[in-house]
Amino acid sequence: MPLPHLRAAGLALAVALAVPAAALASKKLPVSPDPDATIVHVLNRLGFGPRPGDVAKVRAMGLDKWIDQQLHPERIADPAVATRLGPLRTLHLSTGELIARYEVPPQARNEIQEKKAELGNNPSEEQVRAARREFMQKYRDRMDGTPQDVVQDLQSAKVLRAAYSERQLDEVLADFWMNHFNVFAGKGPVKFMIGEYERDVIRPHAWGKFEDLLRATAESPAMLFYLDNWLSADPNAQPAELRDRPPRGRLGRGPFGRRPWFMGDRPAAAPPGQGKGQKRGLNENYAREIMELHTLGVDGGYTQKDVTEVARCFTGWTMRNPRQGEPSFFFNDRIHDHGDKVVLGHRIVAKGGGKNEGDEVIHILATHPSTARFVSYKLARRFVSDEPPKALVDRAAETFRKSGGDIRAVVKTIVTSPEFLSPATRSAKVKTPFEFVVSAVRATGADVGDARALTQRIAAMGMPLYQQQPPTGYKDTAEAWVSTSGLLARLNLALDLAAGRVRGVSVDASRLVPASAASDPDAVAAQLVPSGLAESTRKTLESEAAAADPARVAGLILGSPEFQRR
Amino acid sequence: MLTRRIFLKSTGLALVSFGVAPRVLLRTAYAQGSRRKKALVVVFQRGACDGLNVVVPFGENAYRQMRPTIAIPAPGAGREGALDLDGFFGLHPALEPLLPLWKEGTLAPVHAIGSPDATRSHFDAQDFMESGTPGLKATEDGWLNRLVQSQPDPEATPFRAVSMTPTLPRILSGRAAAVAMASIRDFDLRGGGNGPAARGFEEMYEGAVHDVLHGTGQETFEAIQFLKKSDPGRYQPAPGAEYPRGRYGESLKQVAQLLKADVGVEVAFTDVGGWDHHAAEGGVQGQLAARLKEFGEALAAFRRDLGDGMQDVVVVTMTEFGRTARENGNRGTDHGHASFAFVLGGDVRGGRVHGRWPGLAPDRLYEGRDLAITTDFRDLLGEVLSRHLGARDLSRVFPGYAVSSSRFPGVMRAA
Repeated sequence: MPLPHLRAAGLALAVALAVPAAALASKKLPVSPDPDATIVHVLNRLGFGPRPGDVAKVRAMGLDKWIDQQLHPERIADPAVATRLGPLRTLHLSTGELIARYEVPPQARNEIQEKKAELGNNPSEEQVRAARREFMQKYRDRMDGTPQDVVQDLQSAKVLRAAYSERQLDEVLADFWMNHFNVFAGKGPVKFMIGEYERDVIRPHAWGKFEDLLRATAESPAMLFYLDNWLSADPNAQPAELRDRPPRGRLGRGPFGRRPWFMGDRPAAAPPGQGKGQKRGLNENYAREIMELHTLGVDGGYTQKDVTEVARCFTGWTMRNPRQGEPSFFFNDRIHDHGDKVVLGHRIVAKGGGKNEGDEVIHILATHPSTARFVSYKLARRFVSDEPPKALVDRAAETFRKSGGDIRAVVKTIVTSPEFLSPATRSAKVKTPFEFVVSAVRATGADVGDARALTQRIAAMGMPLYQQQPPTGYKDTAEAWVSTSGLLARLNLALDLAAGRVRGVSVDASRLVPASAASDPDAVAAQLVPSGLAESTRKTLESEAAAADPARVAGLILGSPEFQRR
Repeated sequence: MLTRRIFLKSTGLALVSFGVAPRVLLRTAYAQGSRRKKALVVVFQRGACDGLNVVVPFGENAYRQMRPTIAIPAPGAGREGALDLDGFFGLHPALEPLLPLWKEGTLAPVHAIGSPDATRSHFDAQDFMESGTPGLKATEDGWLNRLVQSQPDPEATPFRAVSMTPTLPRILSGRAAAVAMASIRDFDLRGGGNGPAARGFEEMYEGAVHDVLHGTGQETFEAIQFLKKSDPGRYQPAPGAEYPRGRYGESLKQVAQLLKADVGVEVAFTDVGGWDHHAAEGGVQGQLAARLKEFGEALAAFRRDLGDGMQDVVVVTMTEFGRTARENGNRGTDHGHASFAFVLGGDVRGGRVHGRWPGLAPDRLYEGRDLAITTDFRDLLGEVLSRHLGARDLSRVFPGYAVSSSRFPGVMRAA
């Protein structure tokens, strides 16, 4: 085990140790407490990594106070973000406004089909681009932009918030819940609903009671559409009664008909053609995922019978206006299955119209001990390590139960725990592509005028934002993100970013590698990497520093094995 | 904490699968045009593809009764019905590009196949099918990786196991080296694989011996340099091989390029999503039809592209489970049990539908609702691995399962 010489003045052993966290854990090397290493660790976990100067700021404020402040984001002023988000004009529109101004007009759909037929099976990129230009020209007075613009603004906003918000933990938690309650922008009109979903459903409840968050998602148009519950009906409901269930036709349909080829969108749903008087029935999709993914966990103790019973309870949880006007939750008692149900051993009886049944299911699930455990486990995995210590998960789950599912209390239990602050936990997580790209932007103090190129890089690394199709969301563990292709994309971004070759992003590499520090890699690392540099990394950087090319040194730091971890 | 799986990979064991020092390997000129190696290509349909509307049992009345709006009509109505295979089964009409393959005998559908675990969770079922150990979540590596581990090859190249995906899938995770790449063209480092930045990164990752990223780093740099020498970009698709646009078609095209460039591919993987049709699945036309069209076009293009090379290649498709035999209340289908697999290749016994058909009568359905499984997916894979790739130690590839030739569905011609 190479123990490097201590060199950087003011740095304690912990930072300079060339030992990754895993080795520390197994060898139990004595590590002296180093305040800066802990600060870097906390900035990497409760946020998206340090910017130049952040470590000093937190040191001046006091780490405990900083953590406490992050746990109450409403107390933190955040003017920079509003400025950054200003140019993203679709962000503050309602779903209905987005549909009215960014959805393709119905009369255009046929034209697109015709054009598609004309171009044949394998049109060239140029043909597609030309067709897109022609189309936008023709419809520009009716459209403020394309559906793609709406998704792009969401993606850009996510990167900009993570990079510039002072409420770092708030951004981490919002990202966590968006992933936990994943919806997919590529499914029908969901892309128009996600802005509202994140703004009005996820964020306002991110720090509150889990049950409120769960209920808000259950009643959100985005989730109702994404997991099909808005279509689920009592199979015995009479077709005549179904007729006033809004709306007809075009459900699940993509904005450009079956294949929005020239927008580069994913294949969208075809119209189901549910004609008048067509009988509908039960759809299990949401019922299964609310138990498997949102609450109990796959081993949380439910059966196929429970899935069917929960689906029956949620019949009639639908929406108005999914395609025009403002989509909104609506309970339709006429398609609700009023029969008795048993869910996880609880007998459920309809009262009044029957909406109480879904509400009771939400309460049963939110207060189930499996849920306390599953949600606590996932939070601990995000904040601490891929296999979080059982004792910590137990304590977090205990907090969950005792506090009635108070999310702030659970997060606090985790991020103030000895396990979280232990040196062995430093650098234990491999960054996801999103985390890596944003942390690189922060580390270089980059000025992002246009985040589109960054979002494309993140997508190329296998993590297209808001476009994860399966309801499981993105994985939060190392093995999902460690691959040749992923690594190569990271190295290339590191080089491009440091050299100012990413469109829309300007970087002053000397901020990351100040002249005085160019020959002192440890000093740079101390501001970025919580467990210090490996000997080989230090050697490489030292020999590179002689070449006096700050951009290349910065690129190498951002691409180093150490910077891939948080 | 690192899991054991990736920790092992990071401690230098990854090198074992190369057998020789990689630097030496890179200097070894690869003998062009001498590929005797057999190759396996696995295509995973993520989202649970509805096998009953892919290989359509039109000969069974219950099929139409259970699917009043989405059933594919029996053949005989022109383009509006199934494409007859054997008088009982037919292909979905969107799979017309595959009909010539059926006729030439290179396409073998297997019906009522799947993983015996009862889960209807996409996540768990995919995990089980990729780990190759249904019901066991603790398995650390994927079966395709264990296959590579079980056959040490001192002459293996960095491209012995390759996934045409932006991230390394579970099925290829494990101790054996494996390359994931989104595209051949983008698989290079800025400034070139021999530039100063590349050397700097290579040193850093070489030194990070305790890090999970160490092995990946080495694999990356070796692959970059190897790829440069063999230049698979030279290999354009054969005339008439028209791959559909999109990531999936592109990935199969690039697998073909790698195979034709003789870079030593033994196992290749790609996946294609969008099969989870809970609503508006469609019948002859619609969502599933659109997905199948792309699915079949790509396979047909791949076969044409490889030409005689298909003699040494087998493609196996798989999906995590099938869908309910009855359509649901939204003209879609919910999560079910058994589905189908396609086996495609030169030494495949094509032109017949394999697997015992369990039927769709109420008492024949799994849990009263789904097509029952009569072929464990490991039996199909066991046959392909042993008869095509010559794998001997199947107990290592599928631990805890006694793969027996008596249960092989019989998709491979006797060697």
